[in-house]
Amino acid sequence: MNFITIDKKDWAPGIDKSRKTFRVYGPVEDENGCQIKPLAPDMQPKMDAAVTVMSAKSVLFPQTEKILTATLDESKDDHHVMKPVKTDDMPRVVLGIRPYDAKAVHLVKLNFDNPDYKDPYWCAAYDATTLVGLGVTRPGPCDFSTSVGCGPFSEEGLDVLMADMDDKYIAKLLTKKGEKWAAACGFDTSADPKESQVLFDVLKKEAEKQIQADVTTDKLAQKTILDLYDAPFWDEVAFSCINCGTCTYVCPTCWCFDIQDETRHNTAVRFRNWDSCMSPLFTYHASGHNPRGTKVHRVRQRFMHKLKYFLDKYEQGIMCVGCGRCVASCPVNIDIREVCNRMNDYETTK
Amino acid sequence: MDTCIEKIRAIGADLLAKGTVEKVIGFADGSIPMATRPMALTSDKDVDKLVFNSVCGLNLANYVSKNSLSNKEGKIAVVAKGCDARNLVTHIVENQISREQIYIIGVPCTGMVDKRKIAALFDDEITGFEEHGDTLTITSASKTETVKKADVLRHNCRVCTHRNPPVYDVMAGDPVEEQTLDHPYEDVDQIAAMDLDARWAYFENLTKNCIRCYACRNACPLCYCPTCFVDESSPQWVGKGQNEIDVTTFHFLRAFHCAGRCTDCGACVEACPMGINVRDFTRKLNKDALELFGWEAGLVLDKRPPLDAYSPNDPNDFIK
Repeated sequence: MNFITIDKKDWAPGIDKSRKTFRVYGPVEDENGCQIKPLAPDMQPKMDAAVTVMSAKSVLFPQTEKILTATLDESKDDHHVMKPVKTDDMPRVVLGIRPYDAKAVHLVKLNFDNPDYKDPYWCAAYDATTLVGLGVTRPGPCDFSTSVGCGPFSEEGLDVLMADMDDKYIAKLLTKKGEKWAAACGFDTSADPKESQVLFDVLKKEAEKQIQADVTTDKLAQKTILDLYDAPFWDEVAFSCINCGTCTYVCPTCWCFDIQDETRHNTAVRFRNWDSCMSPLFTYHASGHNPRGTKVHRVRQRFMHKLKYFLDKYEQGIMCVGCGRCVASCPVNIDIREVCNRMNDYETTK
Repeated sequence: MDTCIEKIRAIGADLLAKGTVEKVIGFADGSIPMATRPMALTSDKDVDKLVFNSVCGLNLANYVSKNSLSNKEGKIAVVAKGCDARNLVTHIVENQISREQIYIIGVPCTGMVDKRKIAALFDDEITGFEEHGDTLTITSASKTETVKKADVLRHNCRVCTHRNPPVYDVMAGDPVEEQTLDHPYEDVDQIAAMDLDARWAYFENLTKNCIRCYACRNACPLCYCPTCFVDESSPQWVGKGQNEIDVTTFHFLRAFHCAGRCTDCGACVEACPMGINVRDFTRKLNKDALELFGWEAGLVLDKRPPLDAYSPNDPNDFIK
């Protein structure tokens, strides 16, 4: 595996050099916390930023995305015919993404890019995107990534994994995309692969030691869906829930969307927007019936999807990378770690 | 502060043991620092789970409106700060609940802390939060900070003039002194003093990070419409995407819908994951309600709110 060293004084010039080839995204800090955003030409990513409030999911899956358009002008031959919009497929790089957010991209890929269905918008964005991760040396109190098959130095889904060594970064180039990005920046000082790997292993161990969460998922697969569905604890779990969409929107793995058509003058546009299973509208039928008519139904759905349905369907673990954003942002402190343990420990008395 | 917690627990246990109420709605400790979670107790044996401290920032009246009269539930006790109690009064005045359905355990309140202000003292994440009297001790992996609670109060608590519940069944402590303010609406006046373009830019900037999760709406006890206008699809009043006109339309209309009803409890801001001070909208309407009608919401049970009553003395000409 290819390791390179990037002196920090070469970092910003290198990033600037890469802008000819890449649209650059990275953590940006403002008064309300940190977010992954496209960086203006004069902006550098804030690499030592705290965990971003929102994940990097929007780089591939924007909250609102124009997908089709049509003219309503009946004098035109193709009026009312929906056509794909032109997408910007310029290569883009996300700098300083946390490893769990890259693992999340891998999980979201199961939905948008699989043998049965390929979402053209997501796939095009995915192909254009290079993910340059930064190992997390100080995981916060909500981080439980090690419990769910990820971790502060996980490589899954990343193209490059970097370690911050004070005056330099050591970068592990994991894919061809990663190598191309490094070349575009002019980062080419190779580092000793053996020594670097040892260093990564030490940092990884140190970081993982700091994560104290004990979330267990080992027994979820053997439970039946109906036992968990009928478990007695859902009323209690859901009591405090206000049914806002915060948990689903901050989640890097929540992939549900809604389709909306809007018109303005003679132009019709079809958008897709993030949707949230916490909203009553999510399952509201045209008949007026709502199969998930109460908040208990909806809270149960969120956890059942993440921790049971997904697990059963894809056999790739739970639909959660342990970033802890939903725990940190939930206004009423519903904690997926507690719910997961409760589901894992539940034994039906029937 | 004296958090009155022993008294709250004793009252709760007594109410549940005697069967006076079916459940007690209060705050329990959260799973992370500076978090509490609303909970409903049905057994007097569980009252030790109740807490009351400076991070009980949501409004528990919100957990009553959804169990409104039509559900024919039994009596519910609610642990209520000044603002929570005012929202319970508003529920009663707006016929969402009857006075008899509610048992108000009033808590004199010395304010809730601004978690973002505290987080801003640290570069890393907060791992511990302790409260002793009016001193807060906050820790992270890198340092410990000791601050006076008064220095990190939420803005709505700094300008609160109803710390004691105006209506209650029992008080869990002696009333605290109410604040008197020379300029209660200084923040509103500052925005009002901007010229039109600057003001518009201010509000555009305010909502630019909104993700439309509706946490502000859903944390608000006033927002109990069976279907909110933003969720209507036939007709669809507002677009559902991130178009800034749609986003601001939501915020403007939500605020207007709270006119003359808002108690400035701050739950909306507390709930917002993006740190948007949506009170900038509602505060202006609170100021108008006070200046035009001499009205503050939720103080009395026997007066109609200004916007649901006709008066020949209405200050607006168009209505006469």
